[in-house]
Amino acid sequence: MDKTILDLWIGIFVTLGIAALFVLALKVGNASTTFNTGATYRIIADFDNIGGLKVRAPVKSAGVVVGRVDDIQFDNRKFVARVTMNVDRRYEFPKDTSVSILTSGLLGEQYIGLEAGGDSAMLKDGDALKLTQSAVVLEKLIGQFLYNKAAEGGAK
Amino acid sequence: MENLVEIKDVNFAYDVRPVLKGINMTVPRGRIIAIMGLSGCGKTTLLRMIGGALKPASGTVTVAGRSMSELGQDALYEMRRKMGMLYQFGALFTDISAFDNVAFQMREHSDLPEAMVEDLVLMKLNAVGLRGARHMMPSELSGGMARRVALARAIALDPMLIMYDEPFTGLDPISMGVISNLVRRLNDALGATSIIVTHDVQESLKIVDYVYFMSDGAVVTEGTPDDIRNSRAPFVHQFVWGEMDGPMPFHYPGEPYAADLQLGAARA
Amino acid sequence: MPRTSSWGPPVLERGANAFRIVGRRVTNGVWRLGYASRFFLLTLTRSALSFRRFRGLTFREIYFAGVLSLIIIIVSGLFVGMVLGLQGYETLQKYGSSEAVGTLVALSLVRELGPVVSALLFASRAGSAMTAEIGLMKATEQISAMEMMAVDPIARVIGPRFWGGVLSMPLLAAIFSAMGVFGGYLITVVVIGVDEGAFWSQMQNAVDFRQDIVNGVIKSVVFGVAVTAIALFEGYDAPPTAEGVSGATTRTVVTSSLAILGLDFVLTAFMFKGI
Repeated sequence: MDKTILDLWIGIFVTLGIAALFVLALKVGNASTTFNTGATYRIIADFDNIGGLKVRAPVKSAGVVVGRVDDIQFDNRKFVARVTMNVDRRYEFPKDTSVSILTSGLLGEQYIGLEAGGDSAMLKDGDALKLTQSAVVLEKLIGQFLYNKAAEGGAK
Repeated sequence: MENLVEIKDVNFAYDVRPVLKGINMTVPRGRIIAIMGLSGCGKTTLLRMIGGALKPASGTVTVAGRSMSELGQDALYEMRRKMGMLYQFGALFTDISAFDNVAFQMREHSDLPEAMVEDLVLMKLNAVGLRGARHMMPSELSGGMARRVALARAIALDPMLIMYDEPFTGLDPISMGVISNLVRRLNDALGATSIIVTHDVQESLKIVDYVYFMSDGAVVTEGTPDDIRNSRAPFVHQFVWGEMDGPMPFHYPGEPYAADLQLGAARA
Repeated sequence: MPRTSSWGPPVLERGANAFRIVGRRVTNGVWRLGYASRFFLLTLTRSALSFRRFRGLTFREIYFAGVLSLIIIIVSGLFVGMVLGLQGYETLQKYGSSEAVGTLVALSLVRELGPVVSALLFASRAGSAMTAEIGLMKATEQISAMEMMAVDPIARVIGPRFWGGVLSMPLLAAIFSAMGVFGGYLITVVVIGVDEGAFWSQMQNAVDFRQDIVNGVIKSVVFGVAVTAIALFEGYDAPPTAEGVSGATTRTVVTSSLAILGLDFVLTAFMFKGI
C-alpha cells in the first residue's frame, strides 16, 4: 500500500466522519440554537400546575420559537412550580406579558406560550412574570364536566 | 574455555506435568551445540528459558554471567538485543517486506540513518544470498528462502548468541544443506555461539561441535557428534538410525491385540 | 452395543461432577476476566508511553479499521434509514401525523441504531479481522519473535490497533446515522411525498444536540473501546492453532455483540433517565 494513497483514504474517511457529525448537529439536531446561549435572557414564571412540561421545551410567541425552558423547580414555600426560561435577546416582551402552558395538538408535547401585553417597559434578565395560566389537565377537565352534568341533572 | 550459557539443575512443569527434570548444560563461547530429542521432550521449553520467556521452577539459567530469571523487563530486553533467534517456520512479519523484516530491529533499537540501515540490511541479506529478493513479501518467498531471510533477521544486530528452533523442519534437501552451512559459517564469521534445537540428526551432526541428547525431560547422553554416532545406548541408537522399534515402542500402550479384537476366549 | 460394560458413574456422583464442571467454568471465567482486565490496563499504559513512537502505525490501523468498514457502514446505514422511513410512515400515517416520520427516523438513529448497529457491524467486520490477524501472528510465532527481539508486542502490535479502532468507531457511527437520515429522507420525502419542510423542522425540534447527538457519540466511543479491547484480547489469548484462531474469531463477534447490547442498556438507562 502506497503511503500517499493510504493518507488519501484516511483523509476521505475522517472528512466524511466529521462532515456526518456536522450534518447531524446542524441539519438533524438543534445545535444551531444550542450554541448561541450567550444571546439570551432569563425570565421566571410561577405556575400552579405545569402538567407535562419538560426542560428544553420550546417557548413560543405567536407560534414562533423564541426560547427554551431552562429549569423547572418546585417552590416549597408557595407550593407552586417555578419555571425558568431562556429567551432570545432579539425578542423583547412587555412587562405585563402573560404566559401559559399550551399543548400542540390534542396529545402533542407541551410548550410555553407568551402573549405580549401593552406595557411600555420591557422585560429584563431575571424578571418574573405575574400573569400565568397553568396547564390544562385533562382529568380535571373531565371531572369538572361530569360534575356539571350531574349538577344539571339534579336541578331538573 | 569460558561458558556463555550455563544451565544448572533446572526443573520446570506446565501445571503439574513435569517437562524438565534436573537439566545441566554448558555452552562454551564460539561453539555450536545441538539439543536433540523427540518432539515434546522439553527442548523448545529449554530454549525459551534461555531467552528469558519462561522462568525455571528451580535451578538457574545464566547467559554471559547473568541469571535470566532474575532480570527485570528492561534488563531482559537489554539481554535479548544480544541474542538472535530463528523460529521453526521463520516467523517473518507477514505485513512487511523481506528488507523491512531484516531492518526491523535496527529501526526499533537504534537511531541509525536510513542510508546506513540500508547498507547493513543489504550486507545481512547478502550473507544469506538473498540480496536480490529484498522487495519480496514473506508470502512470495519459498520455505527455504523465508528461513534464510529469518536467519538474516536473527543476525541483524550481530548477536553473541544465536538460537535455532528446529531450523531444518519442512525443508527440501538443498535448502536444508544451505541452512546448515549458513549456521556454521555465520557462527564462525560473527564469533557468535549457537544453540540448535532439532530432531534432524544427520544434518545437524555434520555441523555441530557438541550434542546433548534429551529424553522425557532429562539429558540422557552427551558428547561430540562421533560419540553420538557410535553410541551403544539403545535409545540413542534407535534415534540416530531411525529404527522402528526399540526403547521407544512402535505401539502406543494398549490392551493386548488379541483381547482388543475379542478373539478366542473373550468372544465366548 | 458397547463391548466394555460401563454404565457410567452413579447418579450422586454424576450430580457432583456436574457441579464440579460448573464450578470450574465459573472459576475459569473469572480468571479470564482478570487476565483480560490486566491486558486492557497494559494496553492503555504502554500504548500511552509509545504513542509517540508508533503514531504512524496507529494511522495505518485507522485505515484497516475505519476506511475498510466504510462501504458496509454507508450501505447498511442507507438501508436501515429507508426501512425506518417506510415503517414509520406506515404507522404514523394512521394517526395523521406522517410529518413526524423525520423525528422518528432521526431519534431512533442518533440515539440507538446509529451507535449500536454500526458497532455490531464494526465488530463483525474489523473486530473479527483484528482477532484473526493477531491470532495468526501468534500462531506463526511472530509475537514471540518480536518479544525475543526486545520489542514489546503490546506497545507495537496491540496499542496502535486499539487506538485505531477507538478513533474510527465514533466517525463510523456518525456516518451511519447521517446516511440513515438521508435514506429516510429519500423514502419519505422523495418517494412517498411527505412535506419536506415539515420533515426537517419537526426533526430539528425533537433532536437535541446535547441530549441526543452528544450522547450517541459517547455511546459509540464506549462501544469502540469495548469491541476493540475484546477483539484484541481474544486474538492475543487465542490458542496458537487453526482451530484456536477460528474459535477466537467467533468468540470476538459473539462477546462483543453481547457487550454492545448490554452496555447500550446501561448507558441508555444513565443518559435518558431524566426525560
